[in-house]
Amino acid sequence: MIRIGDAPSVRRLLIGIALTLTALLLLLPLVAIFAQALMSGIDVYWQNLSDTYTLAAIGLTLLVAVITVPVNLIFGVFLAWLVTRFAFPGRRLLQTLIDIPFAVSPVVAGLVYLLLYGRNGWLGGWLDAHDIQIMFAWPGIVLVTVFVTCPFVARELIPLMQAQGSREEEAAVTLGASGWTIFRRVTLPNIRHALLYGVILTNARAVGEFGAVSVVAGAIRGQTNTLPLQVEQLYQDYNTVGAFTSASLLALLALLTLAAKAALEWRAARRETAT
Amino acid sequence: MSIRLSQIDKTYGNKGRGSKGRGSKGHGHKDDGRTRALEPIDLDIHDGELIGLLGPSGSGKTTLLRIVAGLEQADGGTIHFGEREVTHVHVRDRRIGFVFQHYALFRHMSVFDNVAFGLTAMPRSQRPSSGEIRTRVMQLLEMVRLQDFAERFPAQLSGGQQQRVSLARALALKPDVLLLDEPFGALDAKVRQELRRWLRHLHEELHFTSLFVTHDQEEALELSDRVVVMSNGRVEQIATPDTLYRQPANRFVFEFLGDVNRLEGDIEDEVLTCGNARVAVPGVEDGRRELLLRPHEIRLDDQPGPRAHLPVSVTAVVPVGAEVRIELEADWLGEPWLATISHADFERLAITRGKRLYAQPSRLHRFDTPRPQTLAPLSIS
Repeated sequence: MIRIGDAPSVRRLLIGIALTLTALLLLLPLVAIFAQALMSGIDVYWQNLSDTYTLAAIGLTLLVAVITVPVNLIFGVFLAWLVTRFAFPGRRLLQTLIDIPFAVSPVVAGLVYLLLYGRNGWLGGWLDAHDIQIMFAWPGIVLVTVFVTCPFVARELIPLMQAQGSREEEAAVTLGASGWTIFRRVTLPNIRHALLYGVILTNARAVGEFGAVSVVAGAIRGQTNTLPLQVEQLYQDYNTVGAFTSASLLALLALLTLAAKAALEWRAARRETAT
Repeated sequence: MSIRLSQIDKTYGNKGRGSKGRGSKGHGHKDDGRTRALEPIDLDIHDGELIGLLGPSGSGKTTLLRIVAGLEQADGGTIHFGEREVTHVHVRDRRIGFVFQHYALFRHMSVFDNVAFGLTAMPRSQRPSSGEIRTRVMQLLEMVRLQDFAERFPAQLSGGQQQRVSLARALALKPDVLLLDEPFGALDAKVRQELRRWLRHLHEELHFTSLFVTHDQEEALELSDRVVVMSNGRVEQIATPDTLYRQPANRFVFEFLGDVNRLEGDIEDEVLTCGNARVAVPGVEDGRRELLLRPHEIRLDDQPGPRAHLPVSVTAVVPVGAEVRIELEADWLGEPWLATISHADFERLAITRGKRLYAQPSRLHRFDTPRPQTLAPLSIS
């Protein structure tokens, strides 16, 4: 029997098509970003980078990530633990609900938050009366980012923890270990790779989120612009080089994320073969 | 330390009450959709005894073991370890050692750290010094003959070695009670045999009270001081292996403890007839009856005896082991019989496949009476 791929010419053709498509669709845009950013030379690049508004956007983006990642780390671990270690009414439902942020468009998520916390929203009136501003300020941006990124950690952990089962934890408890000791010395080491992976994904999304953030941020230059919003705004201002400079930062971050992910997978694979 | 269970029962509900889904396979179903895992059970285990919980899967034996451990809660009843009531004591304070079927070793820890876990997990005020821990762990590893494997990881060990680590880990805290859930279930036959013998030795040496779950009759009979036979969440019989085999309390125990051949026919004037087969059944009333017999309770001959005329033909021969296993068929038999005979008889009768012989039952058992009865059709009463 001869399969299509068996003929060398066909095989070469298929590989060639795949590589060309990859280059065109994935690699070229990436190169274009850096090419555009550095179009007018490295000095202009630095100048654009040290622009006050851009620096503010970098700062805000980092702030969002620094808050979002730990919150979703704890939330994700807690949720995964709950869903995989206990049987309770509504467990299935909860597992489905975790996926809501993936299922709805981020813009819709942003609008819902606006509806809830905006000045004319359900909670907005009360917040306004107490002089607490959530929408069009960093707390709102953090809130929607937490919402959009909350499934990543739990989604990574649940299948793993289901596969591992609770035997080791049961063994630990028969040996007299306290709940915290079990978590720290048995559960955590077993899930650490998946956890780290979830964190990387959460971070990548938290930094790059545009849709939901753009609804609740209000685009106040230097105050509520995250990096993705800044890119968009600079581009609207016909500052192409500036836009691509900020974009190159995001692209760099994406590359770092991919490298970290690859390193983790490589390490995991090496562990597998070692044992 | 003795263990006393009284009126322990458990029902898995569809909702609520911390049912874990696991272990609820195939128990007796109640009308309301709930599953009765255990009927109220009383059990007294003496200090230093080695008790086997034997039953088919879904008989509730693992549930019972997990309740004794405290990994699951009974719906009612009490558990005492010695004089101490532990019914509502948390697992971590029950001072038990538990050995899991699939070892449940901590995969990211070395063998040493696995065994040391119970000691290092103690609150700082009670924890022995690291030197003492080291001495104790090395002692335990020596006991399970794995002292050279201290730095290895569980995945680098064979199944038998992993189970020995798991045993050493369970014994590290000098538990009052050792509980083992199908400890050899995942191992191959040879390692199983070896570990069994070794556990027996260990038990004689250290004299812990222990309770182990198995579905393997041979294992239960070989290891246990007494065996608890369970089915459908009920205790069928608690007895020494010898009594269990010779005086099964009921048909379930008889059938579960070994291969069984069935003989069904009409009895008239103390003779059972079934097609062209006849056998004397002294003392059995008239009517349709079913009698059972073990493979070794069949003798084969090339002629019918005066008290038994049971023509059979040989359909399969397995001459491996201490005895020869022979499968027999006949028109009057619903399902084939299995007979085990000595190699001497096998050679004397020159048995080959297709050979026609006569079966002579040396014993017949009946379980349709309030108390099981054993007949000896060949001896003249």
